[in-house]
Amino acid sequence: MTPVRAIIAKELRSYFVSPVVYVVGCVFLLIFGVLSYLAVVNAGNQAIRFMQIQGATAQINLNELVFRPTFYSTAIVLLLTLPILTMRLFAEERKLRTFELLMTAPIGINEIVVGKFLSVFVIFLGILGLTGLVPLTLSVFSDFDWNPVLTGYLGLALMGALFLATGVFASALTENQIVAAFLSFGLLILIWLLGALGSILGDTPVGNFISYLSFIEHYDHLVRGLVDTKDLVYYLSGIVLMLFLAHRVVESARWK
Amino acid sequence: MIEVQNVTKRYGRLTAIEAVTFTVEKGEVLAFLGPNGAGKTTTMRILTCFMPATEGTARVAGYDCLEQPMEVKRRIGYLPETPPLYQELTVTEYLTFAGRLRGLNGHRLANGMARVIERLSLGEVRHRLIANLSRGYRQRVGLAQALLHDPPVLILDEPTVGLDPKQIIEIRELIKSLAGSHSVILSTHILPEATAVCQRVVIINNGRIVAVDTPDRLSARLRRSEKISITVKSPPADGLDQLRTISGVLNVFAAGEPGTYLIECELGRDLREDIARFVVGHNWGLLELKTVSMTLEDVFLRLTQREEGVEQAREASREKESQAIDTERQG
Repeated sequence: MTPVRAIIAKELRSYFVSPVVYVVGCVFLLIFGVLSYLAVVNAGNQAIRFMQIQGATAQINLNELVFRPTFYSTAIVLLLTLPILTMRLFAEERKLRTFELLMTAPIGINEIVVGKFLSVFVIFLGILGLTGLVPLTLSVFSDFDWNPVLTGYLGLALMGALFLATGVFASALTENQIVAAFLSFGLLILIWLLGALGSILGDTPVGNFISYLSFIEHYDHLVRGLVDTKDLVYYLSGIVLMLFLAHRVVESARWK
Repeated sequence: MIEVQNVTKRYGRLTAIEAVTFTVEKGEVLAFLGPNGAGKTTTMRILTCFMPATEGTARVAGYDCLEQPMEVKRRIGYLPETPPLYQELTVTEYLTFAGRLRGLNGHRLANGMARVIERLSLGEVRHRLIANLSRGYRQRVGLAQALLHDPPVLILDEPTVGLDPKQIIEIRELIKSLAGSHSVILSTHILPEATAVCQRVVIINNGRIVAVDTPDRLSARLRRSEKISITVKSPPADGLDQLRTISGVLNVFAAGEPGTYLIECELGRDLREDIARFVVGHNWGLLELKTVSMTLEDVFLRLTQREEGVEQAREASREKESQAIDTERQG
């Protein structure tokens, strides 16, 4: 077993003995359920109204009425929940002095960072996987296009991974878990707001560039069913950048 | 095995250790002795590649800590000041994790675990959560982690802290049994530990090495005067003054019980015969006569507190005390 796998196994074990994963997972799933329920009820109401006006059986588009709004709201929920999962990764080790074990073992800092990131990513994918019950249930009662749903999930997974990588970076900065969580909230909201800033600047090179930096526009493409290499490159490079920063922070902390 | 040369570590403007130089031979057990905050932990952290030195070089088994940290880390077992334990794991889970970090797998991991569990008598608690273990067991789990991959170099930061006397003896025996095959550095602020376990002692204070020697030679080197303790059956009232008249005697103190005197003699002169003859000649009834060599504890205090004038204060108060006893006796 390689050191990275050893770290993933250990982190998963630590996550599952602490209540954090269960609480975060339950709350997230509950909110996701409520959001999709509201979207379905709303879609139903619209269909009835449509029928009353047109008097014919309306073809309601579940993709547009249910999945798209649910995916958009889920982005916000993820932003508020994922930092809670990542906040302990480095901060706790620092606080409890267990970091010395990792740092004096013959493994690289990149292996530590990647191991920790992958462990929390696995947990996130597990929780996200459970939300798949919603589209599965809906598919029993109605027809919809699976493609945008799947690309939406791809968007959620990539954006979640970016949030997690940001959280890993924030956790490396401090030994206080609350500070780590708050830092990642702050960073993520700032990156989000770059989109609004870009749109104020309009269709100029600077404006486009700033909009490109925000994750929300890329997520929007995926939720609409468009898989563009540009968006995938954005997420992957963002994840790599955040993990690289975490690596630098851990490395530089040794020199202080 | 371990070479530390002119290592300096500064945290901003604070200098934690300065120009620390020492070596540890293969199979040697070296004690790092010093008060809290002397720089013991800093030195150990540099050797284990936890942090780099500001200046100077540290080498373990011929590998530079800065340039080839992986090679160094592979050869070191390290028990930090606070044992790095994950509370939420059981002892077996924790040791498995620690072993895998060191690249141990399959048989080697199983053998290593069986060995350390037996050696540190962790069998009973192997399936318990570390969070529920007593301080002594935790310390032993930390030690088990350091020994797991059977490294040639062991760096133990205060290995016996928090253990009860029986466990302390066990751990010391364990460390002694490692001598010969392993090079060990252990830090301690407990003096008997250094004498009990180590072949050489490095005394460090305020980030500087003040002395490196064997425990015996260290105390011999620092003995400023020979001391002889005598106990007599019927001491005369002016016994102190009478003893002072013997040639070669520097000073005499009354020590504790009546009839017991501590005699300071000139360095290099053995006055035992003269004192015995004097006491017997005066019919004081000699019960006991012995030389008192300075314990490492005295050495330690002398070495580490020289700058602060504590030594003088100590000496002065000792003198005052003996004078007080003196006058009390005479009065």
